[in-house]
Amino acid sequence: MDFDWSVIWDALPNLLDGTLMTVKITLWGLIGGFLLGVLAGVAKTYGRAGVPEAALRHGRRVTAAPWLLIVAVLVHVFFVRQLAGGVQAAYWIVVLAVLAGMLLPALREGGVAVLAAPFAMLMHDVASVYVAVMRGTPIVVQVMFIYFALPVLMDVRVEAEPAAIVTLMINSGAYIAEIVRGALQSVHKGLREAGQAMGLPFHKILLHIVGPVAFRRMIPPLGNQCIISLKDSSLFIVIGVAELTRQGQEIMASNFRALEIWSAVAIIYLLLTGLIALGLRLLEKRMRIL
Amino acid sequence: MSMVEFRDVTKRFGDSTVLDGITLSIEAGEVVVVVGPSGSGKSTFLRCINVLETIQGGDLLVDGLSVRGRAAQVREIRREAGMVFQQFNLFPQMTALQNVMFGPVHTRGASRDEARKVAQELLGKVGLAERMNHYPAELSGGQQQRVAIARALAIRPKLMLFDEPTSALDPELRHEVLKVMRDLAEEGMTMVVVTHEMEFAAKVGSRLIFIDGGKVAHDGPPAELLSNPPSQRLKDFLQHVA
Repeated sequence: MDFDWSVIWDALPNLLDGTLMTVKITLWGLIGGFLLGVLAGVAKTYGRAGVPEAALRHGRRVTAAPWLLIVAVLVHVFFVRQLAGGVQAAYWIVVLAVLAGMLLPALREGGVAVLAAPFAMLMHDVASVYVAVMRGTPIVVQVMFIYFALPVLMDVRVEAEPAAIVTLMINSGAYIAEIVRGALQSVHKGLREAGQAMGLPFHKILLHIVGPVAFRRMIPPLGNQCIISLKDSSLFIVIGVAELTRQGQEIMASNFRALEIWSAVAIIYLLLTGLIALGLRLLEKRMRIL
Repeated sequence: MSMVEFRDVTKRFGDSTVLDGITLSIEAGEVVVVVGPSGSGKSTFLRCINVLETIQGGDLLVDGLSVRGRAAQVREIRREAGMVFQQFNLFPQMTALQNVMFGPVHTRGASRDEARKVAQELLGKVGLAERMNHYPAELSGGQQQRVAIARALAIRPKLMLFDEPTSALDPELRHEVLKVMRDLAEEGMTMVVVTHEMEFAAKVGSRLIFIDGGKVAHDGPPAELLSNPPSQRLKDFLQHVA
């Protein structure tokens, strides 16, 4: 066995390109995933709590309204869309009239506030389905679906790079949603009550009181997720996006130096994950876990 | 107009009735001490006043506003009624000063400078001027509870609610909290205090309410009720807490 350093030297520019692509996909994927995860995590944590009385009194009709709207949109997409313009208009007039009939009595009594509860419950359910689907399917299948199946379904062109970024976003978002939920639920409910007792609205309690405490508790599992997502980006080799693993594969295919190339690729991944771990440790040092 | 008015208030948790048709009113300036065996509903009684619990029957008015009103009205009630918890519930990511400044800035729209002035003054009043830049984790229980009282006072409530404020404290730390509460009572603050501190009830309270099984069993001047308990239940209860 001989280890030829010059092979790595020659491959370095290509490996560097691949590294940059991997970093780019991971970075955007995680930024989007974090935003998605916070939204879904908050919806899952609080969506089914605190339904106001006026909404409860008109309960079933108010909470059924958003579902009716979803069904109506689906019926439109799969069926009504093919019909004549006049029929489409009539369809929507009927749908909107039924919706108004369901919501107006509650609105007259309780104002717009009664819509908050059904909306929150809908968000909760949407978030739950999202997390279940994304955690329940392999990331390779997800990226294949977006890259190959979506163009068939929706008649759009999908490039490899955005497909990879979007896949990482929605995949990491589902896991981050559960990290967020766990952290929010771990915050002692007395803190929320202290905020309520001051007369603060919910969003301020979340933003200024519960959120900052929860964020500190998220840092260790969030670090885990960053590292996992970075490594998962190597699976995007299946759609040919030129990330690090794909570059390694291509170089290896031309010079057959498996030992040198895969050693170099592994070390680059190790450096990247090491950087993430270091960054998180610094962040954790600055913010004491409470 | 009464500060707090219970009108046949009923509170249920599932099938169990915790408050069973309570009717009474509390006037401005009263210091009401609420006592009762554990599970009697005394904490729930207090938490219904600032709507941390919602009521199922009757009505409850705080300074003329019903707790069954819309969210904005509920927040208004909560700003009128400062709350002090058994477990202090200070915001751990903020210093004592920041904890006290938080309410004025976020609920009363005060500027940070105004809020800081008010907070420094209040922390001085509860004897913590020296420790205002400490985090809650760096303070003793008694100090944390005094910060919590200052935090509640900072939003200028008309009424203060205390939910067993000394129950989580070591005996030697209780007096510093009770002293602050006594000063507050002497200034004329309307207070509703759920507690087991019978000495506080006798010396500071202007009225004692004994809750038993979700009902008001006795309601009268503390001196009378404590020195000459009108029922065996109260007699037994007093023997157990003393």
